Amino acid sequence: MGSTPANIKALSFPQGGIHPPDSKLSSERAVRPITLPASIVLPLGQHIGAPSKPLVKPGDKVKTGQLLAEAAGFVSANLHSSVSGTVSKIDGVIDVSGYKKPAIFIDVQGDDWLDSIDRTPGILADISISSKDILQRITDAGLVGLGGATFPTHVKLAVPPGKKPPQILLINGVECEPYLTSDHRLMLEHPQEIMIGIRLLMKATGVSRAILGIETNKMDAIKLLTRYCDPKEGIQVQALKMQYPQGGERQLVKALIGKEIPPPPRGLPIDVGAVVINVATVFAVYEAVQKRKPLIERIVTVTGKSLKDPGNFRTRFGVTFDHLAALAGGVPDDTGKVTAGGPMMGRAFVDLSAPVTKGTSGIVFYPKDQSLRETLTNCIRCGKCVEVCPLGLEPYLVAALAEQGNWTRAEEEKLTNCCECSCCAYICPANRPLVDFIKLGKSRILDIMKKRQKV
Amino acid sequence: MTTARLLVVSQPPHIPGPFSTRRIMLDVLIALTPAFLAALYYFGVGAFLVTATAVVCCLATEYLIQKFLLRKEPTINDLSAVVTGVLLAMNLPSNIPLGMVAAGSIFAIGIAKMCYGGLGHNPFNPALMGRVFLLMSFPVAMTSWPKPLINRFSVDAVTGPTPLAIIKEGLHAGQPLGELMPKIPGYLDLFLGNRGGCLGEVSILAILLGLAYLLYRQVITWHIPVIAALSAFLLSGLFWIMTPGSTPDPFFHLLTGGLIFGIVFMATDYTTSPMTVKGMCFYAAAIGILTILIRSFGSYPEGMSFAILIMNAFVPLINKLCKPYRFGEGKI
Repeated sequence: MGSTPANIKALSFPQGGIHPPDSKLSSERAVRPITLPASIVLPLGQHIGAPSKPLVKPGDKVKTGQLLAEAAGFVSANLHSSVSGTVSKIDGVIDVSGYKKPAIFIDVQGDDWLDSIDRTPGILADISISSKDILQRITDAGLVGLGGATFPTHVKLAVPPGKKPPQILLINGVECEPYLTSDHRLMLEHPQEIMIGIRLLMKATGVSRAILGIETNKMDAIKLLTRYCDPKEGIQVQALKMQYPQGGERQLVKALIGKEIPPPPRGLPIDVGAVVINVATVFAVYEAVQKRKPLIERIVTVTGKSLKDPGNFRTRFGVTFDHLAALAGGVPDDTGKVTAGGPMMGRAFVDLSAPVTKGTSGIVFYPKDQSLRETLTNCIRCGKCVEVCPLGLEPYLVAALAEQGNWTRAEEEKLTNCCECSCCAYICPANRPLVDFIKLGKSRILDIMKKRQKV
Repeated sequence: MTTARLLVVSQPPHIPGPFSTRRIMLDVLIALTPAFLAALYYFGVGAFLVTATAVVCCLATEYLIQKFLLRKEPTINDLSAVVTGVLLAMNLPSNIPLGMVAAGSIFAIGIAKMCYGGLGHNPFNPALMGRVFLLMSFPVAMTSWPKPLINRFSVDAVTGPTPLAIIKEGLHAGQPLGELMPKIPGYLDLFLGNRGGCLGEVSILAILLGLAYLLYRQVITWHIPVIAALSAFLLSGLFWIMTPGSTPDPFFHLLTGGLIFGIVFMATDYTTSPMTVKGMCFYAAAIGILTILIRSFGSYPEGMSFAILIMNAFVPLINKLCKPYRFGEGKI
């Protein structure tokens, strides 16, 4: 095991992008386990698609890893119990969206796992399992994309009708959001499992090449994973420049294989022959296939400048944010804002009793003086938003069109191409609420487009 | 254990960005400092009085209009009126009567900026509108230039024509270029600023220092200054090659008049320049070409202000035609 240097010539996407401060306070903090709370709440809709259908009723005893709710259709996902105990009720819970969502409430009793789950520490490298069985186990385990979009993994791995099969697997180990370090720690602590996960996914999708892209602020992870990857198997680690949104699907594909995914809502990575999977999902694939462990926990970064003890926690789903905050030294007194996810794309929410779900990559606490937006002033037409837009849009223009409700022109100016990376609002010297208006416009225009299709 | 505290909910981003309007305006003022100091050195107390009058009048005009006409909170803290005032002053001769400076300032802010809706809404560069307003209203005062380094402590300056005017009028009168060139300062003096002209335009060295600072602070990109200079250089070079002996060389054009000041500080004004890099390139190239055309064939010796104002008018059209490359819309 010599120190094989990674491909140090770092790649990047060519258009737009910003360089926000890294603020990775917890990248040196090893992943810690959590204590289990007295009760947990598991929302039924933790993924994109139809909410899962509950299979249990109040009073039922459940074990850790037991199926609680099954996928309701193809674009949906199974949901498993992350604890053992008794189902107390099925009711609404306010999640980070601020809306009440149906959820299964469980009173925790001990931590009694299903016998079928292999909890031994050994690493299982044998992948003689058939590709069909790999896909089945991924489906059974309720896997969804853990990068934040929570798209069901089995759907992503299936070739949609009319599309050619993929040629390459791209693994997203970029973690370009400031503050977040959960993927970084995972790569440092489980490099072998990730490599096995990649081989499983290559087998499942039938591709012969895979590239794992990592930003250069994680040189230790780049070096470590390069040491574990075998070029003979077609797996390569690729360094990527620190440039937000390097981990955006479109930017990552462009940086790694030079191809451009056609614009949404139709364009998918499969259109350029690629399947893109987050590195945390790859690890979950390893556990689901080799250890028969369903998706019941993930690494969550708990961080913030005023937090006493920021860190990365192996967190069971359904645990509240309050519980996590207590493990990291308690909610800081000067907290003015909390986000689920990082500062560039994360969602601000008010109720810390909301549960951690499959899409929760991190929780960030912001001091009061950074919580309110700066005063809104006139657009000075500096063009910086156009300069930083990674999709070549004119944010000042589409935001103004959305503000006026001019949906026709906003659509012509490709407002719906926006990936909501927030580069434009970050760079804006006049503090214009660009992303706010663009998101509004996007939902309105997508509705209009859907209606048009029906007619 | 739900904590009782008030939290803020907003759309991302949740961290502040590196730019603010006020800081950008401050950076422009810092970038203008070398040119201002050069003006003080060459033109003395007059340069200070003109600048101070322009800044005070611009601030007062904006404040009074916002406070009493529009009845809203004045936004003079954003420093944009200060920038307009300094830019206007930099475009005036140091011996101009201060009443005219006040008139130009009131026109620049009152008519050219606030009438259109204030910061960010004006189609034409306010400082240049102020300058052109004064040029048309008071043509004599606007074209009598104090000689540098003489009478710096009095406002009664010894005046003389600018290098551009010497060459243009001399050529017009049928004098050969070879006899005219010795009458103007050498190129090193032109570069350092030892010549007649407007406050800010004389010292190319000082302007380039300001440009370096603007680029370093990422207030502007290189596109507009470099492409405008290049297009002016190439067109004047073409004329020079085609009619040797009766046309000054391209370096003369770059070093004289307000060309460098214009392309660094006036053509790069955010509000009145295009939004995309592609658009900026067309806009800048056209400014360079128009400046040389006006200088060569127009009745004014200098064409910088008109070239920029003409191109300001085309900015909405340029924005419509020059779209950025939309990711994914091209080939797969």
